Amino acid sequence: MTVHDTQISRRAVLAGLGGLTFCAAIGADGLQLIAEAQGATMANAQITPWVRIAPDGTVTIFSAGAEMGQGSMTGLPIIVAEEMDADWSKVRIEMAPADKSVYGYTFANNQRMMQIVGSRATQLYFNDLRMSGAQVRKVLIANAAQKWSVDAATLKTEPGFVVNPANGARLSYGEIAAFGTIPDTLPTVDAKELKARKDFRLIGQAQPRRDIPGKVNGTAQYAMDVKLPGMVYATVLHAPVQGAEPESWNDDAVKKMPGVVATLKLPAGVGIVATHFEQAMAAREALKVTWGKSKVDGFDSEKVLDVDYVRVAADPNASATVLEKKGDTADAFAKAAKTYKAEFRNDYAYHAQMEPLNAVVRIDGDKVELWEGTQAPDESRSAVAKALGVPEAQVTVNQCYMGGGFGRRSLGDYASECALMAKAVGKPVKLIWTREDDLAHGRFRPQSLQTLEAAVDGSGKVVGWKHSVVGDGSILLHTGIKIPYYDVPNQYIERRGVAHGVQVFFWRGVGHISNIFAIESMVDRMAADAGVDPIEFRLTRMAATPKLRNVLETVAQMSDWKAPRPEGRALGVSISERSNSLGAGVVEISLDKASGKIRVHKVWLAGDGGIIVQPDAARANVESGIIYGLSGVLHERVTLKDGMVEQSNFNDYTVMRMSDLPEEMHVKFVDVATRPTGLGELGTPFIGAAIANAFFKLTGKRLVHLPFTPERVLATLKA
Amino acid sequence: MVSFTVNGKAVSSDADRTTPLLWIVRDHLGLTGTKYGCGAGLCGACTVHVDGTAVRACQTQLSEIEGKKVTTIEGLSPDSSHPLQKAWIAEQVPQCGYCQSGQIMKAAELIAAKPKPTRSEIIEHMDGNICRCGTYHRIIAAVERASREG
Repeated sequence: MTVHDTQISRRAVLAGLGGLTFCAAIGADGLQLIAEAQGATMANAQITPWVRIAPDGTVTIFSAGAEMGQGSMTGLPIIVAEEMDADWSKVRIEMAPADKSVYGYTFANNQRMMQIVGSRATQLYFNDLRMSGAQVRKVLIANAAQKWSVDAATLKTEPGFVVNPANGARLSYGEIAAFGTIPDTLPTVDAKELKARKDFRLIGQAQPRRDIPGKVNGTAQYAMDVKLPGMVYATVLHAPVQGAEPESWNDDAVKKMPGVVATLKLPAGVGIVATHFEQAMAAREALKVTWGKSKVDGFDSEKVLDVDYVRVAADPNASATVLEKKGDTADAFAKAAKTYKAEFRNDYAYHAQMEPLNAVVRIDGDKVELWEGTQAPDESRSAVAKALGVPEAQVTVNQCYMGGGFGRRSLGDYASECALMAKAVGKPVKLIWTREDDLAHGRFRPQSLQTLEAAVDGSGKVVGWKHSVVGDGSILLHTGIKIPYYDVPNQYIERRGVAHGVQVFFWRGVGHISNIFAIESMVDRMAADAGVDPIEFRLTRMAATPKLRNVLETVAQMSDWKAPRPEGRALGVSISERSNSLGAGVVEISLDKASGKIRVHKVWLAGDGGIIVQPDAARANVESGIIYGLSGVLHERVTLKDGMVEQSNFNDYTVMRMSDLPEEMHVKFVDVATRPTGLGELGTPFIGAAIANAFFKLTGKRLVHLPFTPERVLATLKA
Repeated sequence: MVSFTVNGKAVSSDADRTTPLLWIVRDHLGLTGTKYGCGAGLCGACTVHVDGTAVRACQTQLSEIEGKKVTTIEGLSPDSSHPLQKAWIAEQVPQCGYCQSGQIMKAAELIAAKPKPTRSEIIEHMDGNICRCGTYHRIIAAVERASREG
């Protein structure tokens, strides 16, 4: 276990947060407090950046878990509360300020970030928050020990109290806060001093999410709901072809429309500010804009995928980035008893989060305030500062609930547009993108072409593996392309990049969607060809790691894998993997051969996500990922023709509705004691291959292009 | 001037008569529990009741509600005590929560008319309301719980 921050002085950490006084230091073990007169008063002060205790016993825990429905706003404070032994009923949660130097998790190269992406919040904050909670507990104990003139080592805690087992004396955390002091240098905590798993009182127990009551009565505040005195409303008409800038528009006519306050040229469109939003919308409708040129002009996504990508994939001289190179693939393929080759494709996809992008900005002198539901308050802060040309320190971010994120809300792009308009009109501005702009000006999961080759030796083992992905989007294309869960000795994995100018970005699971679809379809193909049960094939011929074996065997049991299914139904299996979590999923499907509609009846997923902090929320996350995956695989498709996105709203960008819901969904986490890993996306990547593999069992045909629209299914059946 | 009631209170609006009810309740009246999702009657996030019938507020013009009774999520109960609201919490339904006002208002129409709906009746009734977090099975469980527990 890595332990951070033990030696960073509290003074240094909290400097600049304001309202706090500090004092000289303490003994080396961190348990000896300085004289009360010199200490920082504990009452209502931040003991660590994450915790404040009031004399009435209220414990305020700051949460950096930007809340987009995944529950980490509640889950992260539970980790702190666990180690400090807080009484959860006395804990109130506040959103952490957008100061990554204090509230960021430690990322590569010791950088700190606050972006809640890749479903990694629990994973990345787990150790830091445990440490912080343990430090608070030590400070509380030290204060009680001093008060009682006893050795701190003899004291214990129970939820909300320090107790002295020798005489039964008790002090509540509130009572301690009333007289206590905080050392300048916080006590060190050795990883061995953290609670043993068996002693957890909160972690592993389902706690109701704190955001839910406000989400059933309309009081939960999204940025969409913020109203400030004197606020005006804005919307933007973005370029129909991404990358084009507005050159001119019917400004005089639009400015004369009712309520219109201003129009503004923005980098990617024309902004309109009006007294009421419906007036801004009417003016947007009336805009006639001449757009400049763009790299995306004329872009035809289907043609690019089916012609250009195929050419790049076939070109031996195409430039490639090597992602993995192990052993000697040339030799493995030369000596193979059998080789396989297959191609897979996937289309662009849109986030379709329910809350269209929006932000509120108020500028008052040199003070800039932003209200946004953002996955990355630190990114939004710097994007707004940059757009306005002010130092970041002048920008305050007020984190709001997000009506869905799925990767889209981590750029600060729309917040910057809002800031520019607030500056232009000198009033607080609420910017709302229309659903149509949210889609057409979206940042899509990229389309790609995958070519896979495999070599099998005389014993039937897979010994050679080649995977090449062609597309635009760098890391977006290759997350999930490696196969560390299989022990294939000779591997060569590469990306062949092309660039179109179409906006692409992270999407729930992003590259994992297309890569795991391709990988696990390929594995199933070899299993079928060898006449070996697909799960058995993964265990023996692909040499699944013990971690994978565990989830495969668990899902086999959950789904009663070998039991016969009703006529017209079939099972398919695929592994799932994302953010250090590993899973295995099975689906049971049927097919309407007349319409080409696939119906998924049952889904089982066994997941290894390490220690599960909040079991019910964790399950909800995986269930959500499964539905998102199903929606993507069965429905979702963005196409561009003549440079323009062809879809406009939920009529032609269809997402899963309740009538498509599987009758049964079963999610189980295997019991392990390892550090928590990401679960918000584990439900998504396996769906494509699991369905395609079940489809093969039903029909003997292979689905090779995501999504599996009824038209594609019919074409596959005919082929 | 258009007069109507919202959550039992008499109100009137001098906004343009074609203004969607969505913006009247959200911006003019400050009842922001009703959400903008698509603006085209496709997702159900803006579902409110007009004289007890669930409608899409983005597709309802101010002029159409003259003299009518509008109920939004804020008026479903004074204290989150509607059986659906209690069931929604018990089943921990919401994730991002953005669609849930609309989901609850749509479900409220169903159980008012049919206190014990079957699973397939629930699905048929709710199919127009999109939940992008995929809480559909928990919505069904919550409607069933509300109809069981009342």
